[in-house]
Amino acid sequence: MRAPEPASAEPIIVMEHVEKWYGTFKALYDINLAVLKGERIVLCGPSGSGKSTLIRCINHLETYEKGEIRVDGVLLGNRTVAIDAVRREVGMVFQQFNLFPHMTILQNCTLAPMRSLGLKKAAAEDRARRLLDRVKVLEQAEKYPAQLSGGQQQRVAIARALCMQPKVMLFDEPTSALDPEMVKEVLDTMIGLAEDGMTMICVTHEMGFARQVADRVIFMAGGAIVEEAPPQEFFTAPSHERTKKFLGEILP
Amino acid sequence: MDYKLDFSPVIAGMPSLLLGCLGTLTLAICGMALGMLIGVGGVFLRDSSFKPFRWLVIGFVEIIRNTPFLVQIFFIYFALPFAGIRLNPTPTAIVALGVNGGAYAIEIIRGGINSIARGQTEAGLALGLHKAEVFRFIILKPALRAIFPSLTSQFILLTLSTSIASAISAYELTSVSQRIESESFRSFEVYFTDTFFYLIISWMIMRLFALISARLLSYPVK
Ligand SMILES: Nc1ncnc2c1ncn2[C@@H]1O[C@H](COP(=O)(O)OP(=O)(O)O)[C@@H](O)[C@H]1O
Ligand SMILES: [Mg+2]
Repeated sequence: MRAPEPASAEPIIVMEHVEKWYGTFKALYDINLAVLKGERIVLCGPSGSGKSTLIRCINHLETYEKGEIRVDGVLLGNRTVAIDAVRREVGMVFQQFNLFPHMTILQNCTLAPMRSLGLKKAAAEDRARRLLDRVKVLEQAEKYPAQLSGGQQQRVAIARALCMQPKVMLFDEPTSALDPEMVKEVLDTMIGLAEDGMTMICVTHEMGFARQVADRVIFMAGGAIVEEAPPQEFFTAPSHERTKKFLGEILP
Repeated sequence: MDYKLDFSPVIAGMPSLLLGCLGTLTLAICGMALGMLIGVGGVFLRDSSFKPFRWLVIGFVEIIRNTPFLVQIFFIYFALPFAGIRLNPTPTAIVALGVNGGAYAIEIIRGGINSIARGQTEAGLALGLHKAEVFRFIILKPALRAIFPSLTSQFILLTLSTSIASAISAYELTSVSQRIESESFRSFEVYFTDTFFYLIISWMIMRLFALISARLLSYPVK
């Protein structure tokens, strides 16, 4: 295993005092987080602790009521221009893959680059094939999502996001919907991405992955960030009771 | 009963009956096209963030679904001229069919869209696509596929409703049948033939939809 490259000192995502309500239910409490360029963050915590909500605020799939989020210097308010700019730079991979069932794998990968980046079809297809090759599903390019296994679909979803050449990748439990034998192929793809220096925030309970690639592990509970530390420290010397309890539950 | 079947007036009138079928098909197909346009456009306005558009569409759907089709045709044909809009019978029938079919299509299509998982929209938005692009490229086809059976029966109904346009003497099968019947008094033979032709037309429309579905809306699913 290669040692992770050092993250640069420049933050690409800054969240300051972000608070979010779903109606009267407060889902995020005073979130402060700066993610450096090239940094790999693993976000974990019990179900319902606000992990998805937090990362979905970053590309404005969720709105938030208080605080500020900046992505690559762009303040993410409610202006559509800013939201568009941010979404083009932030890729997202979902638990349920969310491939478009009526398009071939190749079309899944070329739609957004052609529509939002204005790429010509040939250029978009070149790029798509290169990235499908990288996630090792190039031979499936002409098939439809339903014809692929879960692991292959999730790798396509990763390639599809990469086709936008994002500066940041968000992963929301990318292996939770997979059969156990397919988890590794997806994690390996993510590790490869991390080694190439991609800035990543991964919501995952794959602690082996966290140990191997994370620069920082963040633990959330009840909508707040409870603890953050480099993996070594996080796993061997967690400082909060809730972290210890959580680790006790998920570590073998 | 010693009623003697006599199809000779029907046979003599066959050219106009066949033209009538063509008229019916024209009304049906134009009405469906307009209905589809109104359906898709209406859904878009119905779910837009601009409130007045929503109310407009909700009001439109309620009015159309709660009034008789015959009255809608009469309204366009006899009442709109007072507002300066004067249409001939055939365009009137097409507009009435399109507006009526469109109102039902709006509800059907909305149901289809809601049946498409939210994750599809989110994946599109996360890729930087705009709302309209998400609808056009990601939602529309799977939604149409999901609703195609109900849309087909709605449009078969629309096809049969073309006969109501005989009330304003639009050129279609039933008005031709009525004319032949009133000239020959062979009611049974004329309406037997009329019924038979409607069956054929319905069957053709059904085949057309099956073909569209197979050609444009099929893709592998789990
Ligand atoms: N759309 C929503 N409406 C209302 N409550 C929601 C919604 N989405 C999430 N929540 C609530 O917000 C909390 C955090 O959810 P989420 O961010 O999905 O947690 P996690 O990803 O950590 O499991 C949960 O209590 C959840 O029930
Ligand atoms: Mg979640």
